Amino acid sequence: MLINRIALLAALAVIVAGCGKSETSATAASDELVIKIGAAGPLTGPQAHIGKDNEYGTRMAIDDANARGVMIGGKKARFELLSEDDQTDPKTATIVAQKLVDAKVNGVIGHLNSGTSIPASSIYFKNGIPQISPSATAVKFTAQGYNTAFRVMTNDAQQGKALGEFAVKVLGLKNIAVIDDRTAYGQGLADEFVKAAEANGAKIIAREYTTDRSVDFTAVLTSIKGKQPELLFFGGMDPQGVPMVKQLRSLGMKTQFMMGDGGYTPKLIDLAGAAVEGTYASLPGVPLDKMPSGRDFAKRYEAQFKQPIQLYAPYCYDAVNVMIAAMQKAGSAEPAKYLPEIGKVELDGVTAKLAFDEKGDIKGGAVTLYQARQGKWQVVQTMGGAPAAKP
Amino acid sequence: MDIFFQQIINGLVQGSVYALVALGYTMVYGILGLINFAHGEVVMIGAMVALAALQALLAAAFAPVLAVLLSLLIAVAACMALGYSIERIAYRPLRNAPRLAPLITAIGMSIVLQNLAMMIWGREYHSFNLPFTSNSHHLGGAVMNDVQIGIVVVALVIMAGLMWLVHHTRTGRAMRAVAENPAAATLMGVDINRVISVTFMLGSALAAIAGFMVSANYGIVHYYMGFMLGLKAFTAAVLGGIGNLRGAMLGGVLLGLIESLGAGYIGDITGGFLGSHYQDVFAFFVLIAVLVFRPSGLLGEKLAERA
Repeated sequence: MLINRIALLAALAVIVAGCGKSETSATAASDELVIKIGAAGPLTGPQAHIGKDNEYGTRMAIDDANARGVMIGGKKARFELLSEDDQTDPKTATIVAQKLVDAKVNGVIGHLNSGTSIPASSIYFKNGIPQISPSATAVKFTAQGYNTAFRVMTNDAQQGKALGEFAVKVLGLKNIAVIDDRTAYGQGLADEFVKAAEANGAKIIAREYTTDRSVDFTAVLTSIKGKQPELLFFGGMDPQGVPMVKQLRSLGMKTQFMMGDGGYTPKLIDLAGAAVEGTYASLPGVPLDKMPSGRDFAKRYEAQFKQPIQLYAPYCYDAVNVMIAAMQKAGSAEPAKYLPEIGKVELDGVTAKLAFDEKGDIKGGAVTLYQARQGKWQVVQTMGGAPAAKP
Repeated sequence: MDIFFQQIINGLVQGSVYALVALGYTMVYGILGLINFAHGEVVMIGAMVALAALQALLAAAFAPVLAVLLSLLIAVAACMALGYSIERIAYRPLRNAPRLAPLITAIGMSIVLQNLAMMIWGREYHSFNLPFTSNSHHLGGAVMNDVQIGIVVVALVIMAGLMWLVHHTRTGRAMRAVAENPAAATLMGVDINRVISVTFMLGSALAAIAGFMVSANYGIVHYYMGFMLGLKAFTAAVLGGIGNLRGAMLGGVLLGLIESLGAGYIGDITGGFLGSHYQDVFAFFVLIAVLVFRPSGLLGEKLAERA
């Protein structure tokens, strides 16, 4: 812990030193435009490895931009990274957001979680700072009426829709039972799933509920059993998914089982053992080796940071490039001037073809479906999303 | 009809666990008039210790059946020690304090144990898999697996054993004496401290067995698992009449059945107005209804007798 603190202090010192230097060099070469990009995510705590991965993805995009020399409004731009630790904590996220605003960043890549991105977004909105989250999926993030909030990741509604279409169109299942855990995430996902499944001609023959604390689902499953569904969809997280799929099988039900990204965890397979075989789950986005230039990106990432990509680094990379593209189009790095251009950006990114809808969500976000086979999550197929052209 | 029969089985399995845990609440209440809110946490610690022991024994190449039995014994021993310590440290110094003090201490104890478990075993869910497969048996149209049969049988045996212990042994007689009138029991030469310690240890042993059974049934353990289970078992104890052993058993099984039938049929009964997530509401509604007409629970004595 102490070492972490020291490392953090050292990192802060470097950032502060960096800021100091930039001011002097900016005055030295007045035709150079210094653009500060803020990055926010957890750099300590249990999700620190994912937060650091995001920072690396952002840094890589910035290094690339500096290396290729981006011209904005006739001036040569030099990008700088200001990375902040939100500790996955909503309160800390707002403090960090204010800090970035006070440091006069031109834009922010972050935060990692929906729970931090949403409270921070109101601060960025008030100060007119564009924010692109690489990984927040909650529908609410872009539904607050903030014109500063964007994301390059598929949201929960798009995910529920893809799951519903997959169940009916691809698997050909018509009689479906749905359970959700009554949380914002579980209920939202299940509702979108139901809408999409019904729109494609499926019948929801049972709609049951549980809580995110329950472990016994035998009563609910038994009542579902009487209606003989072909598929059971559960909108919730893996702590409930594990006992649910186990009880499903021990009741002798052959019903297929499907979850969203709450189920796509190694834990679901570890904990549920043999019962999980055949279960479907999804993850927003595209698997790395299905991305147009994913392999090449992964190689460069590993060479620079000496570690494999954790999760969202390619999305951070794309988010920075969206920002840069908007600045180039506006001919300015001033938030007020380039903000209107972000929504109009169309870009072949690493992860997909990037374009936004009027809310700031990515257009036609991709969702990848996985199935547990022989104790491993295996890709079944990717739904939606417009793949970028091969470079 | 098959569905109904299956719901009865679900309720019986769940109810057996509630009954075992409820016995711990009711025994302590019967003797001390104290609601031991840390009891649910003892169940959780039992499950955690059993898991750790089971993994260690299997790693040491013990035969699966032997490892399961030994780990259960280790969990029981650990929980008896824990129950003894809780009483000794947290409740005995407050025995003559106003009733609110031990109640608050009990809640504090529960939080302490929960956080302790979180520090030792972490926040994640652990898998609790028995080293042999649990076969399913078809009874008519309903299904019951080995673990569930085991739960019901073990619970019945233990409850019968406890009844025998309380009604036909010296220790049992001492326990009943202390419950009836502590001062008079002391005058008759009953070591009241020893009786209370034994009560806590017995209750904790039952908690350990219950913890083992829930974990084996659901296949996962978590530091928070004791909270809701404890609350439900406490409800069961109140439903049956707190302080009354038969009441705890009846209350536990009834609560299990009510929950299971409630969750299974509430949607159909109310025409979809209330869904299955109201299963807890349903259970508590029955509790309130019972308490309105029988304030001391189904089998409870009249309050005046204890006052």
